[in-house]
Amino acid sequence: MIVLEQLLNGVQFGITLFLMSAGLTLIFGIMGVINLAHGSLYMIGAYAAALVAAHIGSVGLALLGGIAAAAVSGIVIEFIVVRRLYERDHLDQVLATFALILIINQGASMLFGRQPLFVSMPAALSGSVTLLPGLAYPVYRLAVIVLGLSVAAGLFLLIHYTRVGMLVRAGATHRQMVRALGVNVGRLYTVVFGLGALLAGLAGVIAGPITAVQVGMGEQILILAFVVVVIGGLGSVRGAFFGALAAGLVDTMSRAFLQMLFRHLMGGSNADALASGMSSISIYLLMAFVLLVRPHGLLAGKT
Amino acid sequence: MTSDSLETRAAERMSSILTSRIGMMLVAVAALLALPALVAVFNVPSVVGLATQMLIYAIAAISLNLVLGYGGMVTFGHAAFFGLGGYTVGILYQHFADNSAFLGLVPGSDSLLIAIAAAMLVSAIGAAVIGSLSLRTSGVPFIMITLAFAQMVFFLFVSLKAYGGDDGLMMRRRDVMPFFNARGDTNYYYLCLVAAACWFVLTACIVRSRFGFVLSGLRQNERRMAAIGVAPYRYRLVAFVIAGAGAGLAGALMANYLRFVSPDMMHWTKSGELMMMVILGGAGTLAGPLLGAAAMVLLETLLAAQTENWQLYMGCILLAIVMLTRGGLATLFSRLSGIRS
Repeated sequence: MIVLEQLLNGVQFGITLFLMSAGLTLIFGIMGVINLAHGSLYMIGAYAAALVAAHIGSVGLALLGGIAAAAVSGIVIEFIVVRRLYERDHLDQVLATFALILIINQGASMLFGRQPLFVSMPAALSGSVTLLPGLAYPVYRLAVIVLGLSVAAGLFLLIHYTRVGMLVRAGATHRQMVRALGVNVGRLYTVVFGLGALLAGLAGVIAGPITAVQVGMGEQILILAFVVVVIGGLGSVRGAFFGALAAGLVDTMSRAFLQMLFRHLMGGSNADALASGMSSISIYLLMAFVLLVRPHGLLAGKT
Repeated sequence: MTSDSLETRAAERMSSILTSRIGMMLVAVAALLALPALVAVFNVPSVVGLATQMLIYAIAAISLNLVLGYGGMVTFGHAAFFGLGGYTVGILYQHFADNSAFLGLVPGSDSLLIAIAAAMLVSAIGAAVIGSLSLRTSGVPFIMITLAFAQMVFFLFVSLKAYGGDDGLMMRRRDVMPFFNARGDTNYYYLCLVAAACWFVLTACIVRSRFGFVLSGLRQNERRMAAIGVAPYRYRLVAFVIAGAGAGLAGALMANYLRFVSPDMMHWTKSGELMMMVILGGAGTLAGPLLGAAAMVLLETLLAAQTENWQLYMGCILLAIVMLTRGGLATLFSRLSGIRS
């Protein structure tokens, strides 16, 4: 039963990672921009939702407020900074978005202080349900899984069956041609960046009640999202989905079970130290292994 | 105008560039040598420490520039090697202090020369391992992978409770050297100056050697170099390992300067700062990383003295520099002084 429970936790974490890495993948795949400030958008989503929840108390409004704040910030960032970086090399993009992180993080700690905000579970989702005899699972985490899967499905439909999706796919591989056909590429980029920001914000909103909302929360998950993107294959949203699930499962399972495993093999304190070290790097080991086997990731898109 | 006079004009221009360059370098070297004396005259002792940090970061930035500026490999994990070098010094010192051995095999040491050599070796080995995996990719995956590996090293040291974990490792005193007292701050400054000068000259030799030209060639046009018969992977890996060793040297010096190492040394924001130094000063130029490191350390110190929220201003300044300048301070300097490279 505990295995099943941890599996579900892994899926839930994987879905949060997917929302992050899908945005990164879209922005990189279509616009060729590497956006380190993606984690800041996650943080903005989490803060906005936490503030709305604290002052108004409505779960729905908190959700909307969080994703709206992230999307608007994303569009503003695209308009002011990222727009000027499309033609520049990746180094400039990395550095400019690194500077954005410094600004946004410091701005957040000036506005809201260094103390983490704690967000209470929405009342309707705070209980747990019995999935199987002996397995009670928190409703909130189930809701996250359902929400994430439906967002993934929606994203899939959007990319494969709509006009915007068609342009997005075409823009990823044949940017010049799309431009030559008279598509307003500038506006398309703004829309895609806003969509990526929205997904990051959504990830931040749903992570709020599970982890504390604090300055710097975005960077930890940003790096994991990078790992996911590398595992899944750059530029492939489908790859990001499977990569995120794999990473979420490996991370959660190793945190849950490595300690037990090592305790069987060796003395207590050694086992604990080794297990905590191994479980925090397990996700990176997974990445190294995938790279050894497939240097371009599991489902490589455009490289 | 005849071609003859064109040639003489070109030759004159070349020689004037050379003399003004050599002149600038001589002034810089003289200023660096005289710094402790000047500090004593103007009674601002904290400047020596500041200059020491600038020199140490300059070594790390110069080494990063070899891969980033000359090799075109945008690595976002350079701080990992900086931290590995620092921890090598810290761990050796701890085993020296409690008279035990690392893994029961390697005895500790408080000799600066041994510690630095070990740090460079460990960092080089780390770079060989990480580089051999990361260099299977290029471009953006390379950026992300180096970042992820650095993060892996970071978490490894955070979880190493035997060596301080999160809190880091203190050294009670600086390492010792035969015939030279490295414990005094002024002496330590000169030590770092010599190390930085050596690393600078070494890098200058490397980039002007056949190896350096191949490295630059690979940055400019990999396919053409491959057609000539150059194996890109090997050249890049060697450059990556040299850069790792340089960061290890800087890390070892920093550990001795602060008498403290912590996982912060290899935090990914440190990698970002090192990249900033290189780009700020001018990637792919020899003097650029020196200028960049000096500017960055100065900027941080000045801003942090002014306001608690210095990162906000730092971010704005960096953003402005990235957005507005191309080629960093080195280009700006040579433009101002009328020299074009």
